[in-house]
Amino acid sequence: MAWTPELPLIRMRDVRKTFGANIVLDGISIDVMKGEVVCIIGPSGAGKSTLLRCINALVPIDSGSIRVEGQEVNDPKLDKLALRRNVGMVFQQYNLFPHRTALANIMMAPVHVLKRDRAEVEIEARALMRKVRLDGKEDAYPGELSGGQQQRVAIARSLAMQPAVILFDEVTAALDPETVKEVLVTIRELADEGMTCVIVTHEMGFARELADHIYFTDRGVVVEHGPPAEFFTNCRDERTRQFLSQIL
Amino acid sequence: MKSAQIPTSPRKRGEVRAAATCGGGATRGKGGGQRIFAVLKPFRLQSAAHELPRSLFTARSGIVLIFVLLLSVGFGEAQAGPGTPSIVATILKWTPLLAQGFALNIAMSFLAMAIGTVLGLMLGLGLIALTRPVRATAWLITQFFRNAPWLVLLFYCILLMPFEVSIGGATIPLPAWAKSTAGLALPVMANVAELVRGAVQSIPAGQWEAAESLAFTRLQMLRLVILPQCVKRMTPPWMNLYAIVVVGTPLASIVGVNEAMTLTGDVLSSEGRTELLVPMYLYLLTWFFIYCYPIARATVALERRFQVP
Repeated sequence: MAWTPELPLIRMRDVRKTFGANIVLDGISIDVMKGEVVCIIGPSGAGKSTLLRCINALVPIDSGSIRVEGQEVNDPKLDKLALRRNVGMVFQQYNLFPHRTALANIMMAPVHVLKRDRAEVEIEARALMRKVRLDGKEDAYPGELSGGQQQRVAIARSLAMQPAVILFDEVTAALDPETVKEVLVTIRELADEGMTCVIVTHEMGFARELADHIYFTDRGVVVEHGPPAEFFTNCRDERTRQFLSQIL
Repeated sequence: MKSAQIPTSPRKRGEVRAAATCGGGATRGKGGGQRIFAVLKPFRLQSAAHELPRSLFTARSGIVLIFVLLLSVGFGEAQAGPGTPSIVATILKWTPLLAQGFALNIAMSFLAMAIGTVLGLMLGLGLIALTRPVRATAWLITQFFRNAPWLVLLFYCILLMPFEVSIGGATIPLPAWAKSTAGLALPVMANVAELVRGAVQSIPAGQWEAAESLAFTRLQMLRLVILPQCVKRMTPPWMNLYAIVVVGTPLASIVGVNEAMTLTGDVLSSEGRTELLVPMYLYLLTWFFIYCYPIARATVALERRFQVP
């Protein structure tokens, strides 16, 4: 089936996943349109991180369907590498490669995975460093950068692959309050440029301001979802209300 | 409420452990006023230097060794009958020959280490292979060569390997020292394989995840992300292994290789003086010590430097 931009970029239907006896995803359905920012919120252990990892096939699902640009992820014949070239991911713990400089971290995947010309990639990588306001830190090793700086390098590293969508997995959860802002600013700029983002976050204010659509998940199911204005002001479900009252 | 600091001296550490096992006691401290209770703090590793068994190659054992050597020379001189050349002179006379033998020890250790490391890296990659049969085979080989006594492996190599091999038209002789080197390389291989496996497993899962999400193939992940980080972690234990191999090379004397140990025996039998026995072997031991001590020092220094803060 050919994918057209009118169809959801990511289309999840009834996705189920268990780890042993632990049901992590219990029939989740989510649509993400191109250029849309979708925030997924919910208590810890609700399966949010697993959900993201299913989208780029880091975690295989038990049943259901995930389509990314029309390509079925839950297909044994799937070219996982092709999928991952298209789906970027940014992690809570940054996961930069500590033995390579910031610039090298950004250049590695385009050079080795996309087999692109090194000089050309380097120009782009330097531009990306400027974009995340880290020009001058090109030759710093991850260990020499603060958490916020590392996370911005990680975002640049993901951008260097020019993915169709970027998944953000609680990217500010390991940061101290002052540096959270600099990372959120970077994500906001991406969103404004039309990058499709799926963001798992606990930053409610951020989600409210930035998201086109918010999903509230708990115990492996989507409890409620909607545009932020509607979602935050008159949520219908008791569990959602309880969660929001604890957080806001 | 006062919380007890974790004391650094080993004697006090025991007390804290004992107090900590009492469990609930920690919370009752509030009413006690002056009583100090141990608070269970997150487990912290003591510095590696304290936890690991100390190496034999320390400055202190070096001083002891040289002291004992001098002492034995002194005793030897006292025992020597009138008219015989002094112990020191005899030792010096044979030093060039012993140096020749020692050079062979070093050459064997180098070769065994080089061959063992190359094979061990491949075997180590087998240990972390995704396919089960490969992993199982690699595991069997590793376990066998890691646990077999070195001397047994040495004998196998001496007895099972031919004295010459012909590749194409050329005939390459395999002298005893070459076969012994092969025998030493086998346990090195198995130990290096374990080092590789351990180092790879010590890399945080996030590194794999990040590399995977960037669409690296498994080979690229290993080559670009995982193994470069392993090199740092593997270097200190690898150097340690080398020091062990060096002191293992005299095993080759049993199968008649003309290395330092064999030559020392030859020297003693040709001199035929019992008072030479102890000083001569201590002299040889000193050679090994002098060679291995810097390696041990460098290993400790590297371990400290690579320690994650």
